[in-house]
Amino acid sequence: MEILDLTAVELGERIRRRELSAPEALEAVYGAFRARDRNWNAYTAFEIDPARTAAQHAQTLLDSGETLSPLAGVPVGIKDNISVRACLTTCASRILRDYRAPFDATAVRKLKDAGLVPAGTLNMDEFAMGSTSETSCYGAVRNPWNRGHVPGGSSGGAAAAVAARECVCALGSDTGGSVRQPASYCGVTGFKPSYGRVSRYGLIAYGSSLDQIGTLARDVRDCAALLDVIAGADAMDATSVTFPDAGFLGALSGDIHGLRVGVPEECFGDGVETDVGERVEAALDELQRAGAELVPLRLPFIRYAVPVYYILATAEASSNLSRFDGVKYGYRAEHYTTMEELYTRSRSEGFGKEVQKRILLGTFVLSSGYYDAYYNKALKLRQTLVDGFAEAFGRCDVIASPVSPTTAPALGASLSDPLKMYLSDVFTVPANLAGLPGLSVPCGFDRQGLPVGLQLLGAAGADSTVLNAGHAYQLVTDWHKRRPQHSEEVSGNV
Amino acid sequence: MSERWETVIGLEVHVELSTKSKIFCACSTTFGGSPNTHCCPVCMGLPGTLPVLNQKVLEYAVRAGLALNCTIDRETRFDRKNYFYPDLPKAYQISQLYRPIARGGYVDITADGVSKRIRIHEMHMEEDAGKLIHSDYGHETYPDYNRAGVPLLEIVSEPDFRSGAEVLAYLEKIRSLFTYLGISDCKMQEGSMRADVNLSVRRAGDAAFGTRTETKNINSLRAIEHAIESERSRQIHVLSNGGTVVQETRHWNDDTKTSTAMRSKENAPDYRYFPEPDLPVIHIDEAFLQSARDSLPEFAEARQARFVSEYALPDNDAARLTVRRETAELFEALVSHGAKPRDAANWLIVHVPHVLKTLSADAESMNVDAAELAELIRRTESGTVSRPDALQVLEALLSAAEPFRVADYIKNHGMSIDNDEGALEDVIQRVIAANPKAVSEYHSGKTKAIGFLIGQAMKELKGKSTPATVHERMEAALQ
Repeated sequence: MEILDLTAVELGERIRRRELSAPEALEAVYGAFRARDRNWNAYTAFEIDPARTAAQHAQTLLDSGETLSPLAGVPVGIKDNISVRACLTTCASRILRDYRAPFDATAVRKLKDAGLVPAGTLNMDEFAMGSTSETSCYGAVRNPWNRGHVPGGSSGGAAAAVAARECVCALGSDTGGSVRQPASYCGVTGFKPSYGRVSRYGLIAYGSSLDQIGTLARDVRDCAALLDVIAGADAMDATSVTFPDAGFLGALSGDIHGLRVGVPEECFGDGVETDVGERVEAALDELQRAGAELVPLRLPFIRYAVPVYYILATAEASSNLSRFDGVKYGYRAEHYTTMEELYTRSRSEGFGKEVQKRILLGTFVLSSGYYDAYYNKALKLRQTLVDGFAEAFGRCDVIASPVSPTTAPALGASLSDPLKMYLSDVFTVPANLAGLPGLSVPCGFDRQGLPVGLQLLGAAGADSTVLNAGHAYQLVTDWHKRRPQHSEEVSGNV
Repeated sequence: MSERWETVIGLEVHVELSTKSKIFCACSTTFGGSPNTHCCPVCMGLPGTLPVLNQKVLEYAVRAGLALNCTIDRETRFDRKNYFYPDLPKAYQISQLYRPIARGGYVDITADGVSKRIRIHEMHMEEDAGKLIHSDYGHETYPDYNRAGVPLLEIVSEPDFRSGAEVLAYLEKIRSLFTYLGISDCKMQEGSMRADVNLSVRRAGDAAFGTRTETKNINSLRAIEHAIESERSRQIHVLSNGGTVVQETRHWNDDTKTSTAMRSKENAPDYRYFPEPDLPVIHIDEAFLQSARDSLPEFAEARQARFVSEYALPDNDAARLTVRRETAELFEALVSHGAKPRDAANWLIVHVPHVLKTLSADAESMNVDAAELAELIRRTESGTVSRPDALQVLEALLSAAEPFRVADYIKNHGMSIDNDEGALEDVIQRVIAANPKAVSEYHSGKTKAIGFLIGQAMKELKGKSTPATVHERMEAALQ
């Protein structure tokens, strides 16, 4: 299993040096999936034929001597809500169970053009709505560090596959923490770029003004190398942006002397598990030792973030998910007599409970008579957050906090207490509301042996600053190199 | 009992813009085509697709807003209007509610000889929906998304109309402005111009408006007249009998010339409008606005005045020629191809509409080669083709599937007047000889008798000359 212990950058280098071929790398990933995924349920599908075609294409590009990404030939797992041409793209939902995208998402097209190999479709919360990856129509994903716990969500399949060495690196999506939080729970590195940095074209929308494609990988270098491939303004996405900086991998100096790290007092108090708080504070000490300057901050406005997020995200979702109506594609109810019944039955049978709950909530907050009280007020508070962060980033370069107040909960615990689950997004949703880049890096374990993650946020467009801070941390720590034990042996049921 | 009632009408007019591609994708906007052939993942609303605004639509909308004397919002944006219907692929329409591109304008109209200003409440951009095709057999319905994503402007008037005539004058005015701008062909029967009618009635002298209804599915100018008259009578009937008008949406059926209630206010859908997160706010800068102002064409009134001064046309003729941009441009093309302005005007005002009527065709779809029509006009007016023959050629010209040369047609159909002076003279002498009574009446001062002689000569000439020429020769021969 040596291939799967390599980081993406290391694997790319071996492929470039002809020590390995792109098809061999793919077969290693596919073999791991076949041998072990029953333990984690990290994948929703692994269509090997198109992946083999892509690997052959990559090898041809490599053999032609063309200058490609350092990751050329590397297999990349794709979250099940990012369109891959001719492949199943189902959002882990019954309503799209047989849907094959007729086009590549821009990020996927860029991967292919750069010689990377989309390989396998990764499990998730249905339509990315959840923090546990338990709401998938394909069943819950398990945490490779402890099968009794969730991997986080919604990109839980991606995080689990990277942690369990079933996948080298992956594309996920982050609407309220869906890349960073599972990365934290699974002890891998996850990065959500600034809003607009990566085209959303082909990402099946949850909350359009919050969604951003992100990366999950072994370390910051891999995330930066992937971002180099997929970033950039896109004519197909009017909200995509060209930021002035570029060359993320090349910009990783590891030098953070004089970097001002903001430490918000709101992120280290009540509600944060003791182990989590201690691990993150230890990480702050490491950053300080590496040359950073800690700046105490107050961010009182982040207490609005969770309610604002759940109003805006569900409002947008209620509209985005309306197109799944049984008329044109996807699941259609078998029995109906009127058009109205075709709609209601297809949607009631096709969507899971959590998705229906959020559609109803979003429909409610947009309803005549409630719009000003909820949606409009939330929009105004969102601006308060944007302004508050802009002000805070005048006093510091990055803001550090735990990714989540807790480590991975036990399976089933969150869905039985949804309000607690929603509140656990408190540290991740602000970045989505303000469009900021956010990084999750492993920074230790709690006393149960579950990973803890450090979050670093930057100002909008300052993705390089954030990545470099995380890279500096990984140069002086090895938490990101730890791998779950027993991942080979575990099999069958809990 | 003859109570006097006043009708109050407001209009919502939808106009399809004639951009080559759709509002949010690169698909063709061409009318017709096999179902679902002008579609792509974006206008079909497939999962993961995103809209990108066609800049031409913005440009057209700004010019339209200026032509309607509106204020252009310098920060405009789109909103989503959410509702389920199989012709709406995303189950929401991208439209504008909160920050429409234009507000607060007006147009001046003349109806029944009276000038009036109609205020525009607002004008906004939106995408059209697809359409449903109902199977002739069974109960199947098939969606066709060719029209989905075609750009529309919706123009919402204030309730300023008091008669159907004013409504028609307003629609004709918008049509004139928009065709002059070249942003729409405004053809009602192809659906590129549609109007919903908001109508209420009140007793003459009442200050407050009555309860209004909205009538939809009106597809021609004639249907609008009928729909207004029908709804006006219905409401007066209800109120005269002590009833109350229910605020509702009504569906016009042009076959039965009646409307039926679709849904009441209580059942009105809640569209849950909210700002479209996939499209950024549009900032319209001064330079863009100025170049839109500079690009405004010479509209009907200005062109009318110019036709009077430049071509010495009567004001009335100039007005009729300039209502439609196509007519005005055809007139100037005819003149540039050598037709005399008076002749060209006469043909476009009299002969062309007459022939179109006999062909049951309409001016909107007329397509004629200006050079050929000018040739026909010149030949007719110079007397080398008789008028009856000329109208036959015109009919052929306006109904021809393939273009043809007027000169060839006249030659092939033996319509050419050879101006054989000898032959003409022979006929005139024969007619004089055969009708001594008329000749002597003429000489005794009853000059009207010449009309009879000309008629006889024309009959014998079988249209091979013109009355004007025969008149001239006959007069000379009788001296």
